[in-house]
Amino acid sequence: MPRLAGPNLERAKETIGLYPQARSALVPLCHLAQEQDGWLTPEAIEHIAELLGLTPVEVLGTASFYDMLHTDPVGRNLVGICTNIACLLAGAYELMEHAEETLGISAGGTTTDGQFTLEELECAAFCDKAPCVLVNYRFFGPVDNAGFDQIVDDVRAGRLAEDIPSHGTLSRVRREGGLQVPADEVATQRAAADAAKRERGAR
Amino acid sequence: MSFLDAPRVVTSRFEYEDSHTLSRFVSTGGYDGLRQALTMTPEEVAAQVDASGIIGRGGAGFPTGRKWSMLRPAPVRYLVINGDESEPATFKDHALITRDPNQLVEGALIAAYAVQATQVFLYVRGEFALGLERVQAALNDAYRQGAVGRDIFGSGFSVDAIVHPGAGAYICGDETALLESLEGKRGFPRVKPPYYPAVTGLYGEPTIVNNVETVSSLPWIINNGGAAFAAMGAPTSTGTRVFALAGDVMRPGNYEIELSKPTFRDLIFAPELGGGLRPGRSLKAIVPGGTSAFWIGPDRLDLHLDQKAVADAGTMLGSGSVVVMDDTQCMVRAAWRISRFYHRESCGQCTPCREGSGWVENILRRIEAGSGHEDDLDVLLDVCDNISPEVSWPSKWPPQQTTICPLGPSIPPAIVSSIGMFRDEYMVHIKDGGCPFD
Repeated sequence: MPRLAGPNLERAKETIGLYPQARSALVPLCHLAQEQDGWLTPEAIEHIAELLGLTPVEVLGTASFYDMLHTDPVGRNLVGICTNIACLLAGAYELMEHAEETLGISAGGTTTDGQFTLEELECAAFCDKAPCVLVNYRFFGPVDNAGFDQIVDDVRAGRLAEDIPSHGTLSRVRREGGLQVPADEVATQRAAADAAKRERGAR
Repeated sequence: MSFLDAPRVVTSRFEYEDSHTLSRFVSTGGYDGLRQALTMTPEEVAAQVDASGIIGRGGAGFPTGRKWSMLRPAPVRYLVINGDESEPATFKDHALITRDPNQLVEGALIAAYAVQATQVFLYVRGEFALGLERVQAALNDAYRQGAVGRDIFGSGFSVDAIVHPGAGAYICGDETALLESLEGKRGFPRVKPPYYPAVTGLYGEPTIVNNVETVSSLPWIINNGGAAFAAMGAPTSTGTRVFALAGDVMRPGNYEIELSKPTFRDLIFAPELGGGLRPGRSLKAIVPGGTSAFWIGPDRLDLHLDQKAVADAGTMLGSGSVVVMDDTQCMVRAAWRISRFYHRESCGQCTPCREGSGWVENILRRIEAGSGHEDDLDVLLDVCDNISPEVSWPSKWPPQQTTICPLGPSIPPAIVSSIGMFRDEYMVHIKDGGCPFD
């Protein structure tokens, strides 16, 4: 089933229409598929290829380059701990050890109930609040051991559902409408502007 | 006048809780710069930016006015805003994106008008979920206000803008990798020549790629004039800059201060800024400009925050990041973690970077774990020399490059600096068979 369906298919087509070339919509469409299914399924990859006029392997070849695109299933919640320099100095590896104990998995693993996947992240640009933790790319920091357990408890109990959508959903704010100005209209304007500039230059 | 009194060019709204909202934006001069720009000719706008002397705030340090002037005349030309901030310990664009997204959109539109772009792409790092939401909301608001789209503010100038999410890859911060990514491909930096996207960019068309902080500065520059911006700092580094201060200081955070006049000591120790180290701690080393920069020691605290002064001292101001490390930190571990980052993020196109990053990470890991050999330091320095020929300590800037993009020469600085400054610490790890800080 996990092709892009219903409103998601409509959104995919709108997204493709925003770009001068369809292939540019590849990454946004992969995000959309993850929003629908939680990960990038083979069926979604095939469908995205179909929509963009590519082969599935071209889509997979691009998607596999990016850390955020998961071609294998992950938990409903992606818990990431940054361990890069600023977080390292603030005890990120000690926090990671604690997180592994709390969740009963090591970095890269998923809990048996499918609730959490734990990831070791590169710098997430939240360094004044090190060490930082991201749940589905929503930021927390600075986080100590007790704070980490609290976040996990809150997510488990659904107390953060409003702030943290399940894995895959990045922006909940949708673009309103497509492009306003057709390409040929822009081209005409630019040609006129260039002519005016040449005239100013000549004077 | 103290450097602390300089106007806030890009962070003026940071004091407000609702700094990201349209109502706060328009009640504090929002869109004034864009309106003003639209009354000028595109060349006049570009001339103000040129006069401001602003240097791109992404890290490479290229003058923005000069970049714009290199644009190849063509019917189609694109503007891409680089919001893929990923340089370790750099978090100023993240703040500008989430806390003043309207200013970013306004600045992007000023740039679009100046270079007469046919479409604007706001490329935002994928991990910045809140940032993506806020930039999209700001753009939706801009459409409603008539600030983007057809006939902007009745000026006759039309341009569309879209928000494009990244998907997690440090290398996409490199401008040609970012363009590949925007074309729906793996983020592989492009082989040069052609050197400049301004000549051959997105889909082969001339393209300007500008950093978030750079374009966020444009509303202020247009409102106050390029000369007012150039009057701050020094000719070698004009204006203000947001320094992202992190690590072992009392008050980590983003601080916008005048360039060139203050020193690293001011930034780290001034009570209004970093507030100094924790009680009883002493300064061991500073990573200026991002992890791709050579480190500096306490002896360089009086170095000015000036692009040229820092380059003359053998390193870079780069992305505006400053990481402070105190005497409780293990320098081998720090160098290992930085090397691990480059190993993970190397795109794999060039052998020195792909292979070298792995070798140095493995050797550093072995030393930190207590299984290092005495000749490991020579091997490390030799691998560094293969990645970036003649890399040495004391350092020289810029480093030499054997790879398509600067990720390669970004690998040696942490290693060469830590060995150069803390060879004894390495030797203790090797001789004692373990980390003395564990």
